[in-house]
Amino acid sequence: MLILHCPWCGPRSQTEFAYGGEAHIARPLSPESLSDAEWADYLFMRKNPKGRHLEQWGHAMGCRRWFNVERDTATYAIQGSYKMGEEPPGGQR
Amino acid sequence: MSRYSIFSLARNALSYHENWSRAWRSPEPKREYDAIIVGGGGHGLATAYYLAKEHGITNVAVLEKGWIGGGNTGRNTTIVRSNYLWDEATHLYEKAMKLWEGLSQDLNYNVMFSQRGVLNLGHTLQDMRDIERRVNANRLNGIDGVVLDTKGVKEIVPIINDSPNARYPILGASFQPRAGVARHDAVAWGFARGADQRGVDIIQNCEVKGIRRENGCVVGVETNKGFIASKKVGVVAAGHSSVIASMAGIRLPLESHPLQALVSESIKPCIPTVIMSNAVHGYISQSDKGDLVIGAGIDSYVGYGQRGSYSIIEGTLAAIVELFPTLSRVRMNRQWGGIVDVCPDACPIISLTPVKGLYFNCGWGTGGFKATPGSGWVFAHTIAQDRPHELNAAFSLDRFSTGHLIDEHGAAAVAH
Ligand SMILES: Cc1cc2nc3c(=O)[nH]c(=O)nc-3n(C[C@H](O)[C@H](O)[C@H](O)COP(=O)(O)OP(=O)(O)OC[C@H]3O[C@@H](n4cnc5c(N)ncnc54)[C@H](O)[C@@H]3O)c2cc1C
Ligand SMILES: [Zn+2]
Repeated sequence: MLILHCPWCGPRSQTEFAYGGEAHIARPLSPESLSDAEWADYLFMRKNPKGRHLEQWGHAMGCRRWFNVERDTATYAIQGSYKMGEEPPGGQR
Repeated sequence: MSRYSIFSLARNALSYHENWSRAWRSPEPKREYDAIIVGGGGHGLATAYYLAKEHGITNVAVLEKGWIGGGNTGRNTTIVRSNYLWDEATHLYEKAMKLWEGLSQDLNYNVMFSQRGVLNLGHTLQDMRDIERRVNANRLNGIDGVVLDTKGVKEIVPIINDSPNARYPILGASFQPRAGVARHDAVAWGFARGADQRGVDIIQNCEVKGIRRENGCVVGVETNKGFIASKKVGVVAAGHSSVIASMAGIRLPLESHPLQALVSESIKPCIPTVIMSNAVHGYISQSDKGDLVIGAGIDSYVGYGQRGSYSIIEGTLAAIVELFPTLSRVRMNRQWGGIVDVCPDACPIISLTPVKGLYFNCGWGTGGFKATPGSGWVFAHTIAQDRPHELNAAFSLDRFSTGHLIDEHGAAAVAH
């Protein structure tokens, strides 16, 4: 069981949260100029790393706000949470 | 290598079963192969077997980072069925079903394929409409299936809770009589033995760490046992597919999640078929040893930890007890997790890649065990001919840019 740290509510059990997938995937600014391959990349392709992962979580059963978490997908160690628009605790995206 | 038969059994009984020959060799890797398969799960071993058997390509190595069958092949709940909704999927799984039906004989290895049927329960009117649609689609494709009402379900599984007052009452089910279960380890071992007999080298404790390419073509793999050359490399690494793809600069539409299962203590026979419910999210069968084999859902987050959350177990067992109140005091003996490679449309990717000579077979997610022989059969064809077989052409990586997804979530999402 993971203990996630909501930036607004503090440490809470993972069962209170909804997972939102890989973070920092920006919606294309000019969708009409994208090729099919670029759309596929945006919509479907994922890093899915074994190791450091920047991901989105929503506090579904709490304040309902979304934030990002830096977590290791192999050890499940959590580096920390950061608000949308902030930089990850471990630096570099 | 000896053939297994009643005579070899009797002969070996005379020497107290101490002189059985090894089922496969344990060779050191050669410098070069005609084809390398990365991943010694059922799918990888089946691929090697059919490469040798169907295509005469025998200078093949299967490289496995741990022990064969130690991945999802040896961790799944062994449900085999072919009642998918869409034509593309159903034909692929039905190919596998046909191979299952002759597999023990073909391999001369008892994979304990038991066609005890599968019930997919419906708990709402919409569930029942979807079930009728799926069964009709199956029958149009020549695949067996019937729609049962509550009474029909109760007749097959007398201990099921058919109360109309249940939180999720059972309104009926689809039943595929030819579906069932098989012994997962035996599937890996049988394919390994069959491949080895035809000259395939099965190399365990050999982890692929890099994919060497020249001018856009694959030339071999870097491993902890050194570089091994080959112009054809087929990757069948389930939960680790994205990790290996990234070694070749390829992005895949996969996310790896932990998926759990558990088995109970042995009890008398009480579950004669396989029962699955998407709505309450649980599925169950009973092994020949008598233990209940129970499958759970995935953890929502990406994880490579081969263990899942307790909350998932809790939810699954609540569902099982809801369906079978009489099982409420059965004790669970073991619990484990595997890493499943979930694809956005709940269908596999069996495909060429932008790198010439590099092939991927992945994205089977929570439900690829049933496809093991069929997956190996079409992937062997894809590698040998450098183009997909018509059964797997629709499962190419380019479907994510053409938009031709095969959305099997209705038939596959929770179910396995
Ligand atoms: C709990 C659970 C229950 C399931 N229940 C069902 C079910 O009831 N019915 C069903 O049809 N399916 C089910 N599945 C899914 C099914 O198990 C898989 O889809 C299927 O077994 C995948 O087979 P595979 O051979 O591709 O993968 P695996 O058996 O996982 O084989 C992949 C192999 O690749 C190896 N590997 C990875 N990286 C490397 C590397 N770098 N170098 C060398 N080797 C590497 C791994 O060690 C592994 O042995 C379930 C899965 C789980 C986890
Ligand atoms: Zn909160």
